[in-house]
Amino acid sequence: MEIGEIYNRLKEKFGESIKELIENPPSDSYINIAAENLFDICLELRDNPEFDFDYLMCLSGVDFPDTLQVVYHLYSLKKKHKVVLKVTVSKDNPKVPSIERIWRSADWHEREAYDLFGIVFEGHHNLIRILLPYDWEGHPLRKDYKEPETYHGMRVPY
Amino acid sequence: MTETKFVDIDFSRIETDRMRLNVGPQHPSTHGVLRLEVELDGEVVTNVIPHIGYLHRCFEKIAENMNYQQVIPYVDRMDYISSMNNELPYVMAVEKLMGIKVPEKVEYIRVIMAELNRIANHQIAIATFGLDAGAFTPFLYLFRDREYILWIFEKATGGRLLFNYFWVGGLANDVYPTFKEDVLNIVKQVRKTNKDIEELLIYNKIFIDRTANVGVLPADVAINYGCSGPMLRGSGIPFDLRKAEPYSIYDRFDFEIPVGKGEVGTVGDCWDRNIVRFREMEQSCRIIEQAIEQMPDSGDVQSAIPKKVRPPKGEIYFRCENPKGELGFYIISDGKDKPYRVKGRAPSFVNLSVLPEISRGYLFADLIVILGSIDIVLGEIDR
Repeated sequence: MEIGEIYNRLKEKFGESIKELIENPPSDSYINIAAENLFDICLELRDNPEFDFDYLMCLSGVDFPDTLQVVYHLYSLKKKHKVVLKVTVSKDNPKVPSIERIWRSADWHEREAYDLFGIVFEGHHNLIRILLPYDWEGHPLRKDYKEPETYHGMRVPY
Repeated sequence: MTETKFVDIDFSRIETDRMRLNVGPQHPSTHGVLRLEVELDGEVVTNVIPHIGYLHRCFEKIAENMNYQQVIPYVDRMDYISSMNNELPYVMAVEKLMGIKVPEKVEYIRVIMAELNRIANHQIAIATFGLDAGAFTPFLYLFRDREYILWIFEKATGGRLLFNYFWVGGLANDVYPTFKEDVLNIVKQVRKTNKDIEELLIYNKIFIDRTANVGVLPADVAINYGCSGPMLRGSGIPFDLRKAEPYSIYDRFDFEIPVGKGEVGTVGDCWDRNIVRFREMEQSCRIIEQAIEQMPDSGDVQSAIPKKVRPPKGEIYFRCENPKGELGFYIISDGKDKPYRVKGRAPSFVNLSVLPEISRGYLFADLIVILGSIDIVLGEIDR
């Protein structure tokens, strides 16, 4: 199934939550969706036999000047089609529903996005830092991140 | 007079605590600096919590401050034992974003190098897996053979492990004159050693007893956890990106996808994951032979290299079949000469997250074997 058809079918079912389809070859096409309905949309994408997206390839956070974004790359092993979903949230209140219960691979990916971007995934069973030390402060992949002077008395920039 | 007291002990009411044990971060069987917090009930593993991040360099942050070409050496250092395979998805992603078509000869050299590196990676994986199960001799045999492959890399690129050989649009330099003969000799040697390994390790009774029916990963769990590569194929799913969506020139070669069938145990056990790697080496040999035969002799490997790597605005997710699984790069370009965002989807990172799921209920000694069968590299997990 092409991404255009997936977009139309999702639009029929979820209406306003599916915002727009952006196509700009040769770069990947993607669908912008609202954060509120993310869990239901993902569940539909996985469980509807026409979509059958059983494999979450990649989940990445992105920091734009005003907003934070979470990008989901989905793939279907049986149907061999893929789709890219994007959720945009504000920097003041970066909350996105967790999809960890739909695809377990999202567990560590979401922890990584929380660790490096500070995006809070609501409903995640264990949202703690994964790559950085558990007591680290700040989220390094934000563009405005300033590294701390010291960590436990050790100088950080060397 | 001493008084004797008789006390009735109700043994069913004795409660024992579960023990928490730290494996690593500095331990040979964790294959790097990985710490496993293991919860044990006697000798039975009841839970495992992997703690990662000891090698974290924030590769993604560094990449945002580098040119597109300057990122390639950092990509090498993600999975440092199969660097050629790491460079491939990165340079192909940038090429696709810029619309560059590389010459035929470059494609063939890339495939040969990537497959040689796949063999080298699987040699390490099988050798260390044997070591985890207590077999020392195959380790020496396989490391000797891997050395021959590294010699080819050293002659062609100047580096043994970290190459910076694939550039955006071409290669750093052409291969040396006797490259083809050397590679064919390697293929012969790999096949010869693999026959020995089959007898020494794969069908060894002790090895089968240690690895069969251990760490069983059912197919649906593997997909849901996003496992890829030999982890997924070991569970019986014939999914290989080289066949499923052939990138580069992989559609020109005739090869098979080995899958785990549960020959000596259950489908998806440690033995199955290991045999998939073992049989993939033979398939890589076949690809190399065909590629050597078809490879054009003449051609400039640097003709398509752009003067300035400056992709147009856009984004791309490109993935390749790494020896360990699906390695993808998600690159966002804002039209400048530095990437706006690079995300590396490391196969080991995703494969390791399934460890708690498949090691519960097995003995502690089995945990080491299960971890070995996942074939992780911490440089890639921590990035």
